[in-house]
Amino acid sequence: MDIMNLEKVFQSKIDDEIKIEPKDWMPDTYRKTLIRQISQHAHSEIVGMLPEGNWITRAPSLRRKVALLAKIQDEAGHGLYLYSAAETLGISREQLLEELHTGKAKYSSIFNYPALSWADMGSVGWLVDGAAIMNQVMLCRTSYGPYSRAMVRICKEESFHHRQGFEILLTLSQGTEAQKKMAQESINRWWKPALMMFGPPDDQSSNTEMSMKWKIKRETNDELRQRFVDVAVEQVKFLNMTLPDIHWNEERGHYDFGKLDWDHFWQVVKGNGPCNKQRLDARKKAHEDGAWVREAAMAYAEKEKLSLENQSKSA
Amino acid sequence: MEKEMPLWEVFIRSRQGLDHKHVGSLHATDAQMAIENARDVYTRRQEGVSIWVVESKYITASDPADSDQLFEPAKDKAYRHPTFYHLPEGIKHI
Amino acid sequence: MNLYHYIVRLADNSHILGHRLAEWCGHGPFLEQDMAMTNIALDLIGQARSLYNLAAEVQNEGKTEDDIAFLRYEYEYQNFLLVEQPNGDFANTIVRQYFFSAYQLPYYKTLYENLQNKNDHHLTELRGILEKAIKEINYHLRWSGEWMIRLGNGTEESHQRMVNAVQNLYKYTGELFIADETDDTSLQSGFGVLLPEVKKDFDKSLFYIMERSGLTIPENETMQTGGKQGVHSEYLGYILAEMQYMQRAYPNSKW
Repeated sequence: MDIMNLEKVFQSKIDDEIKIEPKDWMPDTYRKTLIRQISQHAHSEIVGMLPEGNWITRAPSLRRKVALLAKIQDEAGHGLYLYSAAETLGISREQLLEELHTGKAKYSSIFNYPALSWADMGSVGWLVDGAAIMNQVMLCRTSYGPYSRAMVRICKEESFHHRQGFEILLTLSQGTEAQKKMAQESINRWWKPALMMFGPPDDQSSNTEMSMKWKIKRETNDELRQRFVDVAVEQVKFLNMTLPDIHWNEERGHYDFGKLDWDHFWQVVKGNGPCNKQRLDARKKAHEDGAWVREAAMAYAEKEKLSLENQSKSA
Repeated sequence: MEKEMPLWEVFIRSRQGLDHKHVGSLHATDAQMAIENARDVYTRRQEGVSIWVVESKYITASDPADSDQLFEPAKDKAYRHPTFYHLPEGIKHI
Repeated sequence: MNLYHYIVRLADNSHILGHRLAEWCGHGPFLEQDMAMTNIALDLIGQARSLYNLAAEVQNEGKTEDDIAFLRYEYEYQNFLLVEQPNGDFANTIVRQYFFSAYQLPYYKTLYENLQNKNDHHLTELRGILEKAIKEINYHLRWSGEWMIRLGNGTEESHQRMVNAVQNLYKYTGELFIADETDDTSLQSGFGVLLPEVKKDFDKSLFYIMERSGLTIPENETMQTGGKQGVHSEYLGYILAEMQYMQRAYPNSKW
């Protein structure tokens, strides 16, 4: 079959909601787009462990500590599922990590913001995970099989993250004045960065159109963002707290959420956020410090294999 | 770039009586480590009672280009399915 | 019999080691092992929670697991020096884990046996906690033992790091087997564990794994002691500074 026909068959599969599997023919840009998106997603999970990880040893109760640990461990798991999905496209985990460490690959900018108070564990769970879930639920239906299966698994596990975050804030909201203050300050600080997690407005997003055609993405950035806002406005009432800059728009039938600072967003993406260097350094250090461990484990496995082979030869 | 640990495919039996099902993959240096990693990665929520692992390179997959000859011929053989046969209504145990 | 102190000591060991292991979360040598260490941390903190709850019940002063876990002074923590030692490199963490699990397993198993047919409901409850924990510890011992072998035999570098780790940590194993008043009274109460017996099992595991790892047990080591009496290394203060921070900064709050 020539390329034109292959492309036609490919697009008709997509149109018929037939998943694309690793060995199927796919356009090169589809493969590249997927690798970029899946690895970016995987990196976000792994880097995302860091801001919360910094509160594990300070968690205020043992119940909170085990929940937080389990949650961050899930993020490692999610990163792992996603790296595995990317590996089906012919790129190795080592290469993917290399791209992260050299700054070639991106991850969600939200993790370049600092986690400053215990309430941030609540805001990250409620707002950051909440925003991520909107995207993730959509991605369960994405056209690439291994990605879609990884996302189904992730979504199942993710729902507890969202709930534990809200519960942290709820408990604070019913606590002392100092706790309430901590919660509101945290919500104020995370709200707009969370909204920017959906990516730039549709008219400025370079990747949206093709990703929609190939059903890698199934809803636009703006659609998802608005849905998130409308849901969060209802939820914040249970906390007796407020979201900054929210106004009901009768005409649109949705809440307006004010102006988002996209210049700042792009600054953070480019590496100039409050914690970019810190996060990347931490990841690089973990990888470098672990090199001798991986090397030793490989060397031992090879020695064992060899001695087994020799045993069977002499037997 | 360092030498990478082999990739393993993981299969889990979710409860006794069911087949092992492919759940994903992971990296490990040997089979023992692969089993334990699978336990830590894929059974954190009691998803399984038994684990199989196999190094990914030992799996041979059919070629999607061969799908026509491999799978199409089965399409028109409806007589392999019970619904192909017409029986009087009300007949039992058949 | 001071059952409260007896249980709190068990809890403190699991708690502090769990705390240390949790520091690895997000920084492990590769993702799969990052998750493995967190699983062990969760097991240990889980053990600590059950034990602190039981201790609170025994004490009967209306305290919670968190009151006991977080709100004591440094000298009131009775954990071994071993478990508060810093993570160091992965070799250090593995050796610390192996030493502790090789002690904890025979200790818990013997205690579990000795608690059979005790009519006291606190002791029955303790036995239930041990039953669950023993399964977990079996796995911890297996996991750390396999890594001892891998790293001991892997590369020159990994071998050297293991030698250093053993050198660092072996001196903290002595106090695991030195009986104090709490140990003695538990024996008098008819369920305590004979530490020389545990030591035999510990030595057996250690001898086996060290030989397979190509490592040697240091000889004539001067043992460091004090943890069991609340005289700790400098590290515990920093652990507590972080761990207790929220509870101290926002007293009498619900979380």
